[in-house]
Amino acid sequence: MRASTTTKGLMRANRLWVIGSLAPVVVLLVALTIWPVINVAILSLSSLEWSDGKADLSFVGLANFIELFTDQPVYWAGVRNNIIFAVAAVSCQMVLGFFMALSVQRASKIGRGVLTAIYLLPIVIPPIVIGAMWRLLLGSDFGIVNNILGFIGLGPFDWLGSARLALPSVIAVDIWHWTPFVFLLMLTGLESLDQEVFEAARIDVLNGWQELRHITIPLMLPTILITVAFRLILSFKVFDEVFLLTAGGPGTATEVINFSIYRVFFGQDNVGLGSAMSFLTLFSVAFIAILANAVVRRWRRNKEVHA
Amino acid sequence: MTPRSSGLRAAGGNLVVWGYALMIAGPMLWILSNSFKRQIDILMGVTIAPATLSNYQSVLFSRQSDFLMNLFNSAVVAVVSTAIVLFVATLAAFTIVRLQPPRWVTYLVLGWTLIFHMLPTLTFVGSWYVMFAELGLHGTYLALILTHVVHNLPMALFLMTGFVMNIPKELIQAARLDGCNYGQVFRHLVLPLSLGGMAAAGALAFIYSWSDFAIALNLSDKDTMTAPVAIATFAQEYQIRYGEMAAAAVLSMLPALAFILFGQRFVVRGLLAGAVK
Repeated sequence: MRASTTTKGLMRANRLWVIGSLAPVVVLLVALTIWPVINVAILSLSSLEWSDGKADLSFVGLANFIELFTDQPVYWAGVRNNIIFAVAAVSCQMVLGFFMALSVQRASKIGRGVLTAIYLLPIVIPPIVIGAMWRLLLGSDFGIVNNILGFIGLGPFDWLGSARLALPSVIAVDIWHWTPFVFLLMLTGLESLDQEVFEAARIDVLNGWQELRHITIPLMLPTILITVAFRLILSFKVFDEVFLLTAGGPGTATEVINFSIYRVFFGQDNVGLGSAMSFLTLFSVAFIAILANAVVRRWRRNKEVHA
Repeated sequence: MTPRSSGLRAAGGNLVVWGYALMIAGPMLWILSNSFKRQIDILMGVTIAPATLSNYQSVLFSRQSDFLMNLFNSAVVAVVSTAIVLFVATLAAFTIVRLQPPRWVTYLVLGWTLIFHMLPTLTFVGSWYVMFAELGLHGTYLALILTHVVHNLPMALFLMTGFVMNIPKELIQAARLDGCNYGQVFRHLVLPLSLGGMAAAGALAFIYSWSDFAIALNLSDKDTMTAPVAIATFAQEYQIRYGEMAAAAVLSMLPALAFILFGQRFVVRGLLAGAVK
């Protein structure tokens, strides 16, 4: 055996291993996640010009933020739409996903593998493909949705082009996209519940509704809460589908936060204002995420104390 | 409960679940059928049209189309970034779970990645763009690979810490007593025992990297453009070629379909473990 059998050598080898094994992750995180946050803060206080591939920064103080708060109605329309989008889409996904999971539990087990495969499809194919697909399906001239509605004498509707229908259409696509995911989470949750409680409920002659209200939902509440928080926060990431379906239009009808950032940063080349938007968005979402986490945690702890 | 009412319930359940499955599969099948139709049949709304491979032919092999290269770019970026993120995350997960590094390091790495995971990607892309442009790395594979690694790092770390935690402590202690150093423990014990976990994390990392649009849209250029970005440009052309767009969409779904057919177990395990954390 080598010299590292002595305690001191061993300690040093240990420490070297700890440092070496964490170094790649720490370097990646600092360079590509922590520095960008600092960078975006610096950029938001500046105006940037490119000269020969070199960034030329000049300090402009809070000018970008003042513009953001006073002269950027598009961003605020995006914030509003994003909140409507998140609440509407997530609540529908939760209700649909939960009741579908309940019905699967009662359905026969035949074809479970095929079902799971189909339900996984929207989760794993590129979101941009989903955008492209629904753009074709919802097209106003020869989209198949209008064709089908035409058979029963309805329409044609301009699903993506009219100010009134565009946001509901985008929400509907998102519900189609993410309900299977909620469904899979709910199903796993339901199947992990203790079946004896339900046996007891049946002996106590609770009907289906009572069983749902007094047993299933309370037992599932932790899973439900976590899924809601998770989906709500992720719906502020929406970008790909909106990009292809409506590009934020018509007007600002389907503008979402990410799309404003993209347009200002890359479309208008206004790095300063784009950074100010990014900075504000970053800190608001981080704040909400931490708050949601704290609430879920506290709620769980209370639950344990009372149980 | 009477047997009759439970039979009815089962039938109702079946109806709901298979009905929704049809709603998911329907649009996909429609795209698939469009990819085998001529433009004129699609525009005329012909349901049963003579099948043609011309869309695939022109998407893949015509001189105006770069889609074969786009698919290749997607594959390079997805394979390399998945390999890196798996290695880096498993290494870090082992140390964090079993070697008790200073507390603040653990909190920093796991806590920050959890927050980072929830932040909209677009809020970082602008900053990445400025950074890589200044370094002269804009539009390179390196820029795409590194950002994809970071993007998938939170998921890979959460999954791998979970899986490494399932490796019995005693096993590692025994190996240490036999004189293995940590490098050997990692190579001969942790890596083989966490292969299942790595398959789950790897499947997801590959799928996410292959699907990424927001990053590649802004950090790639003509030569490194990935398939999703190419599909978006397809759809935005003034004269949309529907058949070719459908063919491109179908081609870019193939990896996901392969995962569902051959690695369903890993995808499901990864998705569920990642979501509930």
